This record gives sequence, C-alpha cells and structure tokens, in this order.
Amino acid sequence: MSESHSVEVAADARASAIGSSCSIDAVLQARDVTKRYILDEIEVNALCGVDLEVCRGEMLAIMGPSGSGKSTLMHIVGLLDHPTTGTVTIDGEDVSHMEPNQLASVRNKRIGFVFQSFNLLARTTAQANVELPLIYAGLSGGERTRQAKAALERVGLGNRLTHMPNQLSGGQQQRVAIARALVTQPSIVLADEPTGNLDSRSGVEVMSILQDLNRQGITVVLVTHDAHVARHAQRVVHIRDGQIVLNELVTDRIIAGTEIASLDADALGNDDLVALSVNARPVA
Amino acid sequence: MNLAESFRIAMRALNANKVRSALTMLGVIIGVAAVILLVSIGTGVQKQVTGSIEGLGSNLLFVFPGNFTQGGGGGGSGGADIRKQFTLDDSEYTQTRIGEQGLVIPQLQAPARLRLGNRTMSSQMTASDQNGKDGSAGALQSGRWYSRGEVVGASRVVVIGSGVRDELLPGQDPLGREVDVNGQPYTVIGMLEAKGGSFGGSQDNNISIPVTTAQQTLGTGNISSFLVKVTDAKRVDQVKAQVERILRPRYADQFTVFTQQQTLGILSTLLGTLTAMLAGLASISLLVGGIGIMNIMLVSVSERTREIGIRKAVGARTYDILSQFVIEAMMLSIFGGIAGILIGAGGALAMQKWVPAQVTLWSVALAFLFSAAVGVFFGVYPAYRASRLDPIEALRYE
Repeated sequence: MSESHSVEVAADARASAIGSSCSIDAVLQARDVTKRYILDEIEVNALCGVDLEVCRGEMLAIMGPSGSGKSTLMHIVGLLDHPTTGTVTIDGEDVSHMEPNQLASVRNKRIGFVFQSFNLLARTTAQANVELPLIYAGLSGGERTRQAKAALERVGLGNRLTHMPNQLSGGQQQRVAIARALVTQPSIVLADEPTGNLDSRSGVEVMSILQDLNRQGITVVLVTHDAHVARHAQRVVHIRDGQIVLNELVTDRIIAGTEIASLDADALGNDDLVALSVNARPVA
Repeated sequence: MNLAESFRIAMRALNANKVRSALTMLGVIIGVAAVILLVSIGTGVQKQVTGSIEGLGSNLLFVFPGNFTQGGGGGGSGGADIRKQFTLDDSEYTQTRIGEQGLVIPQLQAPARLRLGNRTMSSQMTASDQNGKDGSAGALQSGRWYSRGEVVGASRVVVIGSGVRDELLPGQDPLGREVDVNGQPYTVIGMLEAKGGSFGGSQDNNISIPVTTAQQTLGTGNISSFLVKVTDAKRVDQVKAQVERILRPRYADQFTVFTQQQTLGILSTLLGTLTAMLAGLASISLLVGGIGIMNIMLVSVSERTREIGIRKAVGARTYDILSQFVIEAMMLSIFGGIAGILIGAGGALAMQKWVPAQVTLWSVALAFLFSAAVGVFFGVYPAYRASRLDPIEALRYE
C-alpha cells in the first residue's frame, strides 16, 4: 500500500461535510454515523462518527482488521442495522427515519448484498434464489424467470439454473448470490468479504465478476480485511476502531481478469514446458 | 408479494419437513375427527329419539304432576317441584269428564329386575291399563295386551319387549312362560315388535304390567303421569285446555299438560345441549392441536431465523414474513382439518351399524372453520415474532 496515493482523512471528511466531493453524484452518503451497543454491560463503540461517501459508478473498498467496525458500517449503510446517531442518504434520499417497511423497499430496489457466507436459501434452486428479491418487488412469474435467468447468465451460471446450493461449489454459490444482488438493478452492490470463504481461484473469479459489473456502471462497495482484495477497488477507505483513518486512491489496481489469465498461463506454461522438454530432447 | 406466492413458499416449507408437518397435523386431525364423530352421534340420537316420539302420533297429550312452565318458560328441566302425585282416580276422573273426546292412559314407571331360570336382566317397567297399547308401547308382535279384567284384578301378567325375549329366552316363544319381575312371578301374555335402533335397544328391553299390579307390588297409590290420546287430532289444543280446566280444582297449577310438540321441543333442546356439550369437549382436543401448531411454528421460526434475515435483506416487508408464516400455520391446520373431516365422517358412517350417527353439514363446517381459526390464532404469534425480527439480528443468528 506504500506506493498508493493517500489523502488525509480529516481533510476529506471536511470536504464531504460541506457537500458531495463526487464528480457526478453520490449514491450513498453517511454523515457522522455512530453505533453504540451494550454487550454484557460493557458499552461498545463500534462506530465513532464515520463520514462516508460512495460516488456513482465507483468501486470502493472498506478495509480494516476484524473488530474495526467495517461490517457494522456496511450493515448500517445497507439499512440492515440502525445507526445510534447520524444520517444515511441513498440516491439523495435520507433514509435515517424510515419505517421498517420503507427500508425493506429501499433494500429491495436500490441495494444488493453479497455476503461472506453466501446466504442462499437452502433446498432452493439457483434460479429461485435469484428470483427472491423480484418476488418481493411484486414482479409476475414470467418476468421474474426471465430476469433471473439473465442475471445468472451474466455471472456465467446460465447452465446451473436448477441446481440447489449444495450442488454448487463455493465460487458458484457466491456467483448465485451476486446474481441475486444485481437482479433488481440496484444503485449499489455491497459485498461483505465476498471472497472470504473461497479458494483463491474462485475468489479471483468472483472479483473479476464484481469488476466487470462495475465496468458496466454498477457501484460496488467491497468490505474486506485483505489488502490484496482491496486493491481490486479504485479507492480504499481504511477503518480502525470505528473511525476512518485513511482514504486512498489505488494506483496499482489489480485487474482480476488479468490475474485469471496469468493463472491460466502459469498452468498452461508448465504444461508447455513439459511438452517442450519432451520434444526438445532428441534435438538436443 | 401476492398470496399465491405465499402459498407456494408455505408449501415448500411444509414439504421440506414432511414428518414434522404430519405429526403437527395429527393434533388437528384428531380434534376435527372427534368433533365430527361426537356431533354426528349426538345428532343421530336426537333424530332417533324425536323420531320415535313423532311416531306415536301427533294427537297425544302428556299430563305430568308438578309445574314445569314456571320460571323456565316451558324450557324444560327447570326444577319442577312435585308436591302432589297423580292417582288412578285423577286419570279416571279426567276420562269421565272428557268422554269420547279422548282416551286417558295412566302410566306408572319404575325400574324392574327380571329373572328367568338363571338368567337375569335389568329393565324398565311402564305399568298401564288395558288401553296402554294405544299409548307409547307400540305394536304387539305376538300374544295380547292385558285386559280390563286383569287390570281390575291386578293380575300377575306381563307384556315384554322383544329385547327381553332375546335376553332371557333366546330363540324361544315367550308366551305362557313365567318370568320373575322384582322377585314376583308373572306370566308372559304378549310380546312387542322390535323397535331396534337406539343405544342398546333400550325400549325393546322394557316390560309392561297392569298399573294396579304395579301399585300393589310397589306399595303406592300413585301413578307417574297419564296420556290423553285425543280422538280428533285437530282438537288437541281444545282438549288440552279442557284437561287443564278439569285438573285445576284438584291441583291448582301443580301439573303440566304437554302437547307432543312441546315434548319434542323439550327433548330436542335437551339432546341439542348434550350434542353441543360433546362438541365442546371435542373442541378441547382441537385446542390442544392448535397449541401443537403454535409450538411447531415457534420452532420453525427460530430454525429459520437466518432465512427470515435473508428474505428481509433482499426486501421482504413485515407483512411478507407475517403472511408467510401465518399461511404456513393455516395450511397445517386446514390440511389437518380436511383429513380430520374425512376420518370423522368416515368413522361416523362406519359406526351407523351400531349407533344412529348422522353426519351433519354444520358439524363439518364448524370443525373446518374452527381448525382454520386455530391455524390463524396459533400461527399469528410465532409469525408476528418472525416478522418483527431485525434483519441484522436474524442474519447473525446461528
């Protein structure tokens, strides 16, 4: 990370407190968010005054060690959890004082979640899992099927529609989860340690899909403790002890597609070497 | 999310836990079947009893001592205080006064212990006079009724029901045989036709002896009641009024004359209450079944907390989760209800050989609606709990 260009947090926070610092507009804004809860009579300050802005179309990583508050932050900006104080704005709309049902509607239409543990419904086909948000959006059966199929094709699982989660590999399950997250065409996809439960190859594939989606214009927020994973984003926000400590632009961004190609090349290269050495021997 | 979608989700959830769903439904099945079966029996018995009274003809008046109309509004059981019993003189006096307008038949009822050889049975005797066969006894199959002379002379003769023959003299001709009634020997002079039907064929187990004989052996000068068989069925109400006028100087208001319609009404009310009571008892098992549903739904909710979290994360509203679980509970109870109806109605039909069970639409409707209500009632609480879960709490649940 040393070669990355960094910006002091304080300056950035001041800028965002005045207005958006995004070039287009902000999909998501969190202002002075705190989260306190009591655990075994001990007060825990999970977040202490966090300001966060996610610009439309960007790929942002929130990075921090475990217990830093990064997941809590994601849950709050994803409207799964309520901040103790502070406001959250999505697509310019303040959602801080919304009713549970209004929040459900915002989650349904504007937010897609990808979890570390996939969180697919068991004993339910990939297609039915992807259809789930569309059911709650009130779409008719035929339209649901069409959109769910399209989303699964987009993540390369067009041939796995009727598979149950337990018939799919971890990487495939996570791709189903990504299809579910993007099927409603949300404003933002929030991914919490999306590669955490995956082997490196599947992890790279998932990152590649997220980068592809981002290239197609979907805003992606990645939560991770892994600096390597974070470098797939364009910008990294570092969080520690419930506070944002660093906001840096990634200069040496990793492109997952290239990684896959080099992994393939490595595998292929080794085979080629063996083949060469076999062929070469008589000549030599 | 529409209802069809909720139904599909519920079906899938029930299907995923087949054994558990079936066992949960068992509670409702037993409850519904019990309600239908018991109500069917109650209704059947009611129909049969009222039917047999109707069979006596619509021109009968029943005259009882004691005032049954006060306070109870003619409703029936309401504590008639019998201060003064009728005697044979009352029935004879009534007969003299009404003359050709009707036939007065005295009745004296008492339990009887029958013995023939080493066979014994308990029975009910209805002592009467020579006109008794025109009252409630029914038609003779063989032999004859006791004569006026035998009544006057208090002869030891008896007319038995066909059930008594079957019990004491199976397959034999009872006429002329001697039977001990309450320890005294009586000669069998007639046998009534089998009426069959009701519980244990109780009417067929009855006997009838001359009222004078009964008074002697029981040591009483009283009779229980008397019937007036009105000659012209159109004049039942006038004769009733006349009988009341005749008895008022002797008994003031301490007697009651029922027309057959009133008797039927009272009996129907009584048996209807009994049926309702049976239904109420059976409903308790339905209630227990409902608690079973609640129990399983609570388990199901906590087991599927994570699923609820996922659904909420992708946009399920409180109502969506609520309806999903309520419908699941309702389906359990409705499927249980349908199975219970089939078993209950099937059982009632199968029992018709022994018991006059009659499946009524209202009991089926009641059981079904009750089971559906049980589903809603006991499903709402677990469903409410599920729907109120915080999405993040639900997702974190292990």
